[in-house]
Amino acid sequence: MNDIQIIIGGAAGDGTKATGHLIGKILNRGGYKVFIHEDYSSLIRGGHNFSVIRGTKNGENCIRESADFLLALNEDSVDRHIGKGGVLIYNSDQVKKRDGIGVPAETIAKEEGAVIMKSNALLGALCKIIGVSWELIGDVFEGFPHSEKNLKVVRRVYDSQEEKGKMKKTKESLSLITGNEAIALGALEAGMENYFAYPMTPSTSILHFLSKIKEAYKINVFQPENEIGVINAALGCAFTGKRTMVGTSGGGFALMTEGISLAAMSETPIVVVESQRAGPSSGTPTYNGQADLNFALNPGHGDFLNLVFAPGDAEEAFYFSNLAMNMSWKYQIPAILLVDKDISESTFSFDKNTLKGVKEWKEKKGRNSKGYHRYRITENGVSPLVYPGGKAVVKSNSYESDEYGISTEDPQMIKKMQEKRMRKERDIKEDLKETIKIYGEGDKVLFCWGSTKGAAIAAGREAGYKVVQILVFNPFPEEKVREAVKGCKEVVVVEANSSGQAAEILKRYILVGRKILKYDGRPFAKEELIEELKK
Amino acid sequence: MDLNTKNTWCPGCGNFAIEKAVKKVIEKIGEENTVITAGIGCHGKIIDYLNVSSFYGLHGRPVITATGIKIGNPDLNVIAFTGDGDSLNEGVSHLVHAVKRNSDITVILHENRNFALTVKQFTATSPRGFISNSSPSGNIEDPINPLALVYASGGTFIARGFSGNVYQLQDLIMQGVKHKGFSFIEVLQPCVAWFDTYDDYREKTYNLEGVPKDPLRKINEWNYENGGKIPLGVFHKEEKESFEEKMSRGDKKINTKEFLKNKA
Ligand SMILES: Cc1ncc(C[n+]2csc(CCOP(=O)(O)OP(=O)(O)O)c2C)c(N)n1
Ligand code: SF4
Repeated sequence: MNDIQIIIGGAAGDGTKATGHLIGKILNRGGYKVFIHEDYSSLIRGGHNFSVIRGTKNGENCIRESADFLLALNEDSVDRHIGKGGVLIYNSDQVKKRDGIGVPAETIAKEEGAVIMKSNALLGALCKIIGVSWELIGDVFEGFPHSEKNLKVVRRVYDSQEEKGKMKKTKESLSLITGNEAIALGALEAGMENYFAYPMTPSTSILHFLSKIKEAYKINVFQPENEIGVINAALGCAFTGKRTMVGTSGGGFALMTEGISLAAMSETPIVVVESQRAGPSSGTPTYNGQADLNFALNPGHGDFLNLVFAPGDAEEAFYFSNLAMNMSWKYQIPAILLVDKDISESTFSFDKNTLKGVKEWKEKKGRNSKGYHRYRITENGVSPLVYPGGKAVVKSNSYESDEYGISTEDPQMIKKMQEKRMRKERDIKEDLKETIKIYGEGDKVLFCWGSTKGAAIAAGREAGYKVVQILVFNPFPEEKVREAVKGCKEVVVVEANSSGQAAEILKRYILVGRKILKYDGRPFAKEELIEELKK
Repeated sequence: MDLNTKNTWCPGCGNFAIEKAVKKVIEKIGEENTVITAGIGCHGKIIDYLNVSSFYGLHGRPVITATGIKIGNPDLNVIAFTGDGDSLNEGVSHLVHAVKRNSDITVILHENRNFALTVKQFTATSPRGFISNSSPSGNIEDPINPLALVYASGGTFIARGFSGNVYQLQDLIMQGVKHKGFSFIEVLQPCVAWFDTYDDYREKTYNLEGVPKDPLRKINEWNYENGGKIPLGVFHKEEKESFEEKMSRGDKKINTKEFLKNKA
């Protein structure tokens, strides 16, 4: 099998997510590239949660409409997903008899000593059917809480089924990480020493992840009183020379805007992760959207430069979070890493070699002596950095200032300083090598960005489209975009918002034919997008 | 420490006394390892008058900015200058939380009881009936007592000085800077342009004798309205581990390569 999709669903608290991850791990060790999509509500108990685990040989980071297996913990899960085909493996303690494989998951789990592991009972049946060796199952349960008890449950069900396929274990498997983990790791590789955040889904798991590993990585994690506190504390911290990142979603980003403008004016480096949910306002916290693009491009008052990067999977999230930190310090400007829920919280296969492509760039330092001028006017607009605590007096300012950092209202100085800051754009553009990516070829072009990348590549391949992914939105790679559509017959843009924000930006540079928009919080499935493209 | 910048405070402004006192303190503790930050208002201009490393931040945010600086470099002495409008109106949440977490910074509140730079509006500490451009028929809100707020939030060093007494002010600021943890010094800073309180304060202020056993009673002696005596000095002082001391500073034990290996 080159392509397998498994859906596991139940109530919040049923453990479907943990079991989904174990399945992902098994597929990963079986040589598949894995993509896991999480669907859950903004509540703590009850509701309907499900994970879609997709394993492909060609690495398609999107879900399909059809499933090969449905693992249902309750009646609700069966009702919602049954029409999608595949083998039903269900918890017969809660679901009435259906066509499929009934497993008395609760009874078995109870007999073995814990109700919480019932979702793993269904995993036992799945593994036997697709031919996962018992040894491999043992491997992936290593380190899992109460692994022995869990394995007992799995074994009982595993033994009750018949093998219908065979899955071989690979020697070297990829890593499985979420987009948010990748963002954190990328920043760490660029020397991040501080992460400040106020919880807001879907960015929160960066805060959780870094809080867990802060000792091992020797970094500070700080949760201030609100997002205004987050950004202002972060800028104070960066002023002392410490690389700092903050993370939030649209609402918190709104509160940070005055601080982002301050970062630009005071030329204080900062990386802001903006993980979009479906908005406006509180919107739908746990569902996906891409409607903050225009906001990220205009994140504060005044005329200033800021970077906007929009990675489309975990490897890109890692790479661009690293680049955002490095470039923010090189040019002393705010860098915004714009992701969305389906990047942040989805799990991806991650090639360890991605690590080799990144490093920490050292910022340009000045002489730590009495004559230091924080805002020295230079040819490329970048003034060398010095941090407080030495001979130099370092004066950073939110007001317009002279070269030393003293507030000014002098018309010539105002003009000179504004020009100095804007001048950085020239070198920034030169530094940015990979601003778009092109997949496939042909005279029909499909533009995508962020999480729509996965479905766009998968669907584009089958519907005969050349896919162009925009990774850098600011500064906008207009020449490359023009180049990419040269001689093409049709341009389609796919994105997860209702107005076509990326499409409207593209229209400034090229002719755009059609927008395929989705704004119900759900990701594009491969078949769905193929159908849209064929219309 | 002086800069050749033009001073634009009104002649006779209470801010001059604060500048004088602070300069003396910074001379003693060392300019190189001191960083100052301020909000936006007349108080903030002090940044442009002192040749000391500084982060001139946003209106309402100097207290949390100061915490950020301290986290970044715990070896620095960090002093935040703020106004009543700044930290009791716009950014009051930052003040409460910095106190609560006992962040090791010194906050000097330029208490002029109006938004001065924006030419006279009422603030959180303006008395009831205060006539201003946004309350032409008199302020209808009651003032807040910032010392009581800081005390209720768990303040570990709380003091009040007066621009009319630079020597005492210098001593209070020095004690505050030396205090490990959050130190809060409210300075009664008459604004000669919009709310000249010099005579009133000269008449009503008196010095506390030592640190009072019952701080709240002394804190509440003056309610920021017109009656009563106004105590000056240190109201409360206690030893407590600071926030920045408690932040993790372990040894680096893992690298990303290893981390990813565990995730395979
Ligand atoms: C976000 C924001 N809102 C409003 C202002 C306008 N503003 C500048 S100074 C100030 C009041 C300052 O009052 P205070 O902090 O008491 O300082 P003072 O001038 O009295 O020293 C205001 C409202 C601003 N700079 N930023
Ligand atoms: S307006 Fe008031 S606070 Fe501002 S400088 Fe003048 S006297 Fe001082």
